[in-house]
Amino acid sequence: MNRRKLFQLLRTAAVPAAAATIVRAGSTAGPKTTECTTPAKEGPRAGFFPNFVVVDQDGTKARFYEDLVRGKIVLFNFFYADCTARCPLYTANLAKVQALLGDRVGRDIFMYSITLDPAHDRPRVLKEYMQMHGAKPGWTFLTGRPAEIEELRKRLGFTDIDPLVDKEKSEHLGIIRYGNEKLDRWAACPAATRPEQIVEYLSWLDPKKPAKGLKAEPSQPADLSRKGELL
Amino acid sequence: MPIMPVAQPVDPSTLKPGPDPSSHQRYNEFPPQKFYNIDVKAVMQKFHPDLPASVLFGYNGVVPGPTFHANYGEPILIRFNNNLPADHVGFGIPSISTHMHNFHTASESDGYPADFNDAGTYRDHHYCAFPAGNDPAQIMNTLWYHDHRQDFTAQNTYRGLTGFALWYDSLDSGNENDTNPVALRLPSGQFDLPMIFHDKVFDQNGLLYMDILNTDGILGDRYTVNGVIQPFYQVQPRKYRLRLLNGGPSRFYIFALSGGAKMIQISNDGCLLPKPVAVDNCTIAVSERVDVIVDFSNFAGQSIYLLNQAEQLTGRGPSGNKLIPGDQVMRFDVGMTASPDNSQIPTSLRPLPIVDLTKVVKERLLRFDYFSGSWIVNGKVFDTNRIDADPKQGTSEIWTIRNEGRQWSHPIHIHFEEHMILTRNHIPIAPGSVENCRKDVIFLHPNEEVSVFFTFRDFLGHYPMHCHNTVHEDHAMMMRWQIEP
Repeated sequence: MNRRKLFQLLRTAAVPAAAATIVRAGSTAGPKTTECTTPAKEGPRAGFFPNFVVVDQDGTKARFYEDLVRGKIVLFNFFYADCTARCPLYTANLAKVQALLGDRVGRDIFMYSITLDPAHDRPRVLKEYMQMHGAKPGWTFLTGRPAEIEELRKRLGFTDIDPLVDKEKSEHLGIIRYGNEKLDRWAACPAATRPEQIVEYLSWLDPKKPAKGLKAEPSQPADLSRKGELL
Repeated sequence: MPIMPVAQPVDPSTLKPGPDPSSHQRYNEFPPQKFYNIDVKAVMQKFHPDLPASVLFGYNGVVPGPTFHANYGEPILIRFNNNLPADHVGFGIPSISTHMHNFHTASESDGYPADFNDAGTYRDHHYCAFPAGNDPAQIMNTLWYHDHRQDFTAQNTYRGLTGFALWYDSLDSGNENDTNPVALRLPSGQFDLPMIFHDKVFDQNGLLYMDILNTDGILGDRYTVNGVIQPFYQVQPRKYRLRLLNGGPSRFYIFALSGGAKMIQISNDGCLLPKPVAVDNCTIAVSERVDVIVDFSNFAGQSIYLLNQAEQLTGRGPSGNKLIPGDQVMRFDVGMTASPDNSQIPTSLRPLPIVDLTKVVKERLLRFDYFSGSWIVNGKVFDTNRIDADPKQGTSEIWTIRNEGRQWSHPIHIHFEEHMILTRNHIPIAPGSVENCRKDVIFLHPNEEVSVFFTFRDFLGHYPMHCHNTVHEDHAMMMRWQIEP
């Protein structure tokens, strides 16, 4: 928090006028992209979340949108291996989340930690980081081409509108974004949220989970004939 | 500009199963006299004749929802049936918690964010309809109801789950021809216009779009009033009561009128002021309500614009610059003839409740700040299982609320009883100020601080305190507090 405030004090340029603009799905990526030339197969976030080729801790390559996100319940955060401030705490918290979820991780819930320092955090570094923090298989650590990982960070909304703060790696957003791509249902919580709560939040993404609330008698559903009329 | 339909009560025998008195505090003491059965469902509705219909969530299938008209002394029960599709695709979650902002309501009926009910279920809300402490000075009149689902309030309200609730009493009786000598005879009926403002974004196909990956606050580039983009409304050359409500998600407004038309402010956050105040403009943060009386009688045949003079470039808060003349939000077309106008602008409205500082048993400091992409209160992120303040029933406290963020404005909302602002930035609120009033949302610009007097009575249980920039509240700028016996 103090560093952020320092940046704010040092800030000389005005905040850019980032008033709401209409986002167009499938906006073009930068040059030298590994984005697939064939369009991603359909899903609510196709063309919005990049389809770059990314690499995991085992050196396995995958297309980000098609292979890792499409149709899945996912959880994202950003980190870097050399971070000594916040990342270790957040990674430890996520390890507790993984322990609570058990074998559902990698089967019906997919956890992705994406590096902010892809030039340094190559697969071997990711593997060491993972082992050091007790991350179990099923939780995937991702790296890739620096320009593409940067684009990925922006498209996943892990940005600050203040450019000085935004480019400072150590000031990165300590949030977890979670969603069900199939339903295009997304939310975010602080990475420091109690792990039991994060597990509950993930349950909100599942339309088949038992509904919380009282059930009306079948003979008395709300009267659907009154659509648009006086009540 | 459309006017929302009025919610109609139902025969209680049609509620099956019937309400369970044991799940409500003081139910048998205040048995409901009217019952409502509200169907929360997905609907297709247009924001403009030239745009296609967007999928919205609506109370009884209308957006904004039907307006409740209710009376103090006449308890009501509202059943909110969640008939949203469980497999809904896109922003919004088919899970609801309905808050009647900021009625004096028992915890279990208050719409606490974690007390939600999912698709295919219902929840009964019981409103006892008595003012805090049974003190007539605590009566509130202009309220709204909205979804408060934990972490999805911005999405569900943006999708349409907002509406008005107007509570009447012998002073604000909703009848400008009232023969009761205590009645204030404010403009009523077709001359009493509830107006809810939401700013929206539409995609290249003209469908409602929401940037759900933003945690800072979001702005729309289109103003809507009662669910329509920049509408117009035919008025008569006479007095009107405009109930202005900022429905969010993040924008601040400074409202003014064109053409030299004047506004007489009569309330703040739905609470009548002690006396009317003539204002050139009024600042309304998310969820604040301001009622004004506008006399169009000198403007027959003219058009008067409602203007927004607040410049705001990001969802973080207004820039502080004033737009002159301002953005045109809507237009009133004033006709040539008026029906008889028996309404009045009274010289006094409702007296303020007594602030008895000798009752204060505790003072608390609540610091709102930013940390690493989300929001914190007193250094902590929201945890619904943690109680951060535990006032005792029957006591009063002073809460000092401080915005420690340098770049963000926060409209802070404390549920339950209205509170009185004692000081803003250590300066006492002056008599005659529009802040010399009961409040439930207080905006704090960067580094501002207010102290409020708050009393805890009549009910027990958990309530939230949170930022009403709905994007901030969905990203943990909230705390749970609880009235203990």
